[in-house]
Amino acid sequence: MSSSRGKLKIYLGYAAGVGKTYQMLEEAQELKRHGRDIVIGYFEPHGRKDTIGKTENLELVPRRKTEYRGTVFEEMDTDAILKRHPEICVVDEFPHTNIPGSDREKRWQDVQVLLDAGIDVLTTMNVQHLESLNDQVWRITGVRVRETIPDWVMQQADQVVMVDLTPRALLNRLARGVVYPPEKAMEALKNFFQESTLVALRELALRQTAHEVEIRQVDYNSPGFETVPSLNEVTDEPPRRKESILILVTSDPSTAMLIRRGKRVADYLHADCFAVAVQTNGKNSAAATPHSEAIQKHLNFARNLHIEVRALEGHDVAKTVVEFARLNGVTQLFLARPPAGRWRELGRGDLLQQIVKMARDMQVIIVADRTQRQPR
Amino acid sequence: MTQAPKRRTPEELLEQLQAEEAYERRGRLKVFLGYASGVGKSFRMLDEGRRRRERGQDVIVGAIQPHVPQDIEAVLSKLPVIPLKIEQDTPVMDVEEILKRHPGVCLVDGLAYDNPPGSRNRSRWQDVDQLLDAGISVITSVNIQYIDELRERVQKITGKQVTQTVPRAFLNSADEIVVVDAPPEMCMPHGQDGDAAARASSMAQKLSELREIALLLAADVVDRQLEEYLTRHGVTQSFGAQERIMVCITPRANAGAMIASGKRNADRFHGDLIVAYVRQPEISAEDQAALDRNLTIAKQANARIEILEGEDPVESILQFAREHRITQVFVGHSTQERWWEKFTGTPLSRLIRRANNIDIRIFPH
Repeated sequence: MSSSRGKLKIYLGYAAGVGKTYQMLEEAQELKRHGRDIVIGYFEPHGRKDTIGKTENLELVPRRKTEYRGTVFEEMDTDAILKRHPEICVVDEFPHTNIPGSDREKRWQDVQVLLDAGIDVLTTMNVQHLESLNDQVWRITGVRVRETIPDWVMQQADQVVMVDLTPRALLNRLARGVVYPPEKAMEALKNFFQESTLVALRELALRQTAHEVEIRQVDYNSPGFETVPSLNEVTDEPPRRKESILILVTSDPSTAMLIRRGKRVADYLHADCFAVAVQTNGKNSAAATPHSEAIQKHLNFARNLHIEVRALEGHDVAKTVVEFARLNGVTQLFLARPPAGRWRELGRGDLLQQIVKMARDMQVIIVADRTQRQPR
Repeated sequence: MTQAPKRRTPEELLEQLQAEEAYERRGRLKVFLGYASGVGKSFRMLDEGRRRRERGQDVIVGAIQPHVPQDIEAVLSKLPVIPLKIEQDTPVMDVEEILKRHPGVCLVDGLAYDNPPGSRNRSRWQDVDQLLDAGISVITSVNIQYIDELRERVQKITGKQVTQTVPRAFLNSADEIVVVDAPPEMCMPHGQDGDAAARASSMAQKLSELREIALLLAADVVDRQLEEYLTRHGVTQSFGAQERIMVCITPRANAGAMIASGKRNADRFHGDLIVAYVRQPEISAEDQAALDRNLTIAKQANARIEILEGEDPVESILQFAREHRITQVFVGHSTQERWWEKFTGTPLSRLIRRANNIDIRIFPH
């Protein structure tokens, strides 16, 4: 990355109303007082008076109006910001999806453009929008979050700050109508804003922020600014082989969940990460069956998360995967649980069984079905 | 898995009722947790007091340091203060006066301060405990360097020795805990050149380590609260916000590798490590010795060790895992080479099949 790239700072919260935007704007005001050239590129007022007050005296780059199916939508005007070229730009709601027909699909991609142009960006998001937590968030909230941020985007941020508020205080704010108007507040209380849900999301946010702080710890005294080992790590253990994780991509819908989990574990263990699919050859692989289309979709998904992707060919899936793993120094093999109905087939040469049998020189991880919701 | 709440004995119910009543009478404790001075925890505490007062709550300041920066002075001027007493040249919170005045909410800065010898309570946090017992809610602020159990770790980072501390258990008892998170530069002096820049970056590193400790401490407290909440509501649901790793060992298991990997995973995720052994009825002297060696490895890794009972090892492991919200179970390959040929029905296959929400990690021998 060139030194002229802008710096990204993320204000991380766990629900609407914890005060992310407020805190971001407070910092924007402070920066302006120190004479910095700062503008608001996008701001979502949500009718919150205190927050709106914090935008006073800050220059606002007008939004771009786009018509889509007869309705006018307003999006951040990235071109106008580039033209104005401030030192720092405030961009609310980082995970937002732009209206179809916009230059880029996602706001985080617009932010990449600003950063590439050397503009610093302050932005806000909630932890539930992080891609690798998607299944866990579903399990906690029952909400499938569609607007997600790949983990590498957050990892590239220069700073992640937790905006913390206790769930009780948040519920009080909600009850006082600070967060949403009354009807919407009632609806929110029934769904997302249950205390146990909020507590669990808050814990995720705290742990994520701690992780983000940890991976940014560099020892400035050592040559090449090496990352220091985690605080409680044993330092006198012999050097280990670098961990390397292989995720087996299939056409099964559970693969998305498997990819998220495998990548998350790889990130935490500082391991390499491959996503590998095996096309059983014989048929022409160019023929697009629904099966191979699903595999392609999953490989693309993995690629977007910055996972190294390989499509292999072979008659015998288990053998092909295990041999590839061995050749590439893979130490951990991640597999999905077979769907419930398919356990019956296990006796007859099931893939999972074959792989576990063959891959006896590496760890095999059968990943939990995090898509299952438990009734309350 | 949601299971029906456990049936409780009348004694247990009574005990719970009494505990709930005592809890209802007690004031609420809210703690602002900071990782360094200058992150703004005193300001946050007072500002919350001001806002509550504006909303009609009866708020007073019970303890605040004598010299405060301007922004804090401004908030402080909007709140009634019960001044500190000076005893043996030491400022002490006037507990009698506060109890007499009996506000709804009392703001207490400097939670770790010691009272002079001969005082009713040795430390200010015990004064706070007394206020809570009297039904007064307290909002307070503390820096992680004053948490007793963290003292050594923080000392290694800062090089500063601290003698006055608050026990971790007191923080665990808080109803609410808030991290005052701020990026390190807020706490650092501005303007840098040469030496100053080097000092600043070394300081940034230290502050970053302290910041991580504070965030994880808060996460742990929050996790306990979540667990208590779920238990209170009779739910054994697992949200998996914290990784909990259970390594299942046998005498013949490659326990060294399994526990080392378990520890590495637990450390990286800042999760819990549990090493479990399902007791087998008849075990040879040789196996017993091997098992003892494996348990020693577990102890050295600081794992929590659990000896499980039960006729069916798979059932025992799964039951423990569900009750303790385990997210990953580590198991070794069976030693019998032929088990795999009869896949359905072997312990490992049953474990995999029934462990819906738990990752199963199989280790080679």
